[in-house]
Amino acid sequence: MKRIYLDYAATTPTHPDVVKAMLPHFSDSFGNPSSIYSYGQEAKGAVEKAREQVATLIGAREEEIVFTSGGTEADNSAIEGVAFANPERNHIITSTIEHHAVIETCTFLERRGFEVTFLPVDKDGLVDPDDVQKVITNKTCLISIMHANNEIGTIQPIKELATIAREAGVYLHTDAVQTVGQVPVDVDDLGVDLLSMSAHKLYGPKGIGALYIRKGTKLVPFMHGGGQERNRRGSTENVPGIVGFGKATEIALAVMTGEIERQTRLRDQLIKSILKQIDGVRLNGHPTKRLPNNVNVSIDYVEGESMLLNLDLENICASTGSACSSSSLEASHVLLALGLGHEQAHSSLRFTVGKWTTEEDINRVMEVLPRIVTRLRAMSPLLKSRK
Amino acid sequence: MPDVQSLYSEKVMDHFRNPRNVGDMENPDGTGHVGNPVCGDIMELYIKVNGNVITDAKFKTFGCGAAIATSSMVTEIIIGKTIDEALEISNKTVAEALGGLPAAKMHCSVLAEDALKSAIDDYHSKQKKGKSKTKKK
Repeated sequence: MKRIYLDYAATTPTHPDVVKAMLPHFSDSFGNPSSIYSYGQEAKGAVEKAREQVATLIGAREEEIVFTSGGTEADNSAIEGVAFANPERNHIITSTIEHHAVIETCTFLERRGFEVTFLPVDKDGLVDPDDVQKVITNKTCLISIMHANNEIGTIQPIKELATIAREAGVYLHTDAVQTVGQVPVDVDDLGVDLLSMSAHKLYGPKGIGALYIRKGTKLVPFMHGGGQERNRRGSTENVPGIVGFGKATEIALAVMTGEIERQTRLRDQLIKSILKQIDGVRLNGHPTKRLPNNVNVSIDYVEGESMLLNLDLENICASTGSACSSSSLEASHVLLALGLGHEQAHSSLRFTVGKWTTEEDINRVMEVLPRIVTRLRAMSPLLKSRK
Repeated sequence: MPDVQSLYSEKVMDHFRNPRNVGDMENPDGTGHVGNPVCGDIMELYIKVNGNVITDAKFKTFGCGAAIATSSMVTEIIIGKTIDEALEISNKTVAEALGGLPAAKMHCSVLAEDALKSAIDDYHSKQKKGKSKTKKK
């Protein structure tokens, strides 16, 4: 049976054209970009071409792009880089629904004496710009708010936050791992100073990402070494990865408008069908300010992992905010921050559609999901206690 | 193509797909209710006891694959056992009977053991109440 992949927010398959672009850089064109002979210069040329492609996608200048090992490194580097470069300020503002790469970096800094404000979000997952305005002080060095949330797809009012940040002379960082390549992202339009990206979320390879750093932004280098990436990040460049990332951004730009329209249609079809065919369902995340590919629902009385396993038996791959294998066992911090009860958070199911998702795939989900829910509800002690 | 990889053993998946003894029980002699919404696993175990032997068991579980499979397995193990024999059953017995559980899922087997102990406790306390009622008569 064909496997139906509906977890594109977790990772995407690498586009065949991206693989094709990468391959020569493992063998024929294997040089170190720092070498002055032809092999090296070939590799350097390829890296610079990719930098231009990535910069073009987000409306940045090439010299403002620093390649990293991925989104997590970009987040760590942006936050620590600003925190350590601006010792006269020790306050950071972020939200309760950030990716762990941001939250954990902030709590690390908190333990090192920084003050961190974790702003709450409303029931749809939106940060209120007024809240940011209220907590900003002359000690604030950075605001870090994600562009769109990876679990619930809610898109934040980054432009408004940027205005507030700029007026206060505070840097604004956004984790745009879920939006770059999916929806239009323009660093000048958004007004951000730092922006994190990851290649494997946009049909590029794993292990490569980038941090956009607006010219003039003061931050310490994040990897000390041989002076690569304009002294921002030492380490021999991951040339095949960088080339793949570049190619992926080029493809993303070319197909974006059509893909947004197509994926939004599939998303809405799935949301509508689930709400119609299954009772006791809540849509998590903002109804309209949401990623074109994100569906996140809580299905009363059934636990997420048991739904995932049943879907997997039907060859459908999805995701949940229930975390029975994590050390804390607590459900998703994002869903809890929306005000969901623990039971509802453990009952969540996320489908994220992508380039190769079809209408038949959605129909197939709707063929099996109601049946799975009925079966699991029949064995749920929660349903009985509610009667 | 690589082999299809599974988080759980075949035995676990069998009990997950075809759980034994699911459902409610009318007038159970003992009920165990364990777990909490925070950790995401809630288990209810009902037993029927006749002359110190567990003659029937049923369960209802809100939880992950391991939680459902361990609930199912524990009902299968205890039916036909005496109360004393059932009290000997540990979470390891249940996990081993399932061909092992991933390390991060061992807590689910603890929940199954707790559900069993709680059902037996409930049975004992009902017994006591029953006896005192008889005496009063």
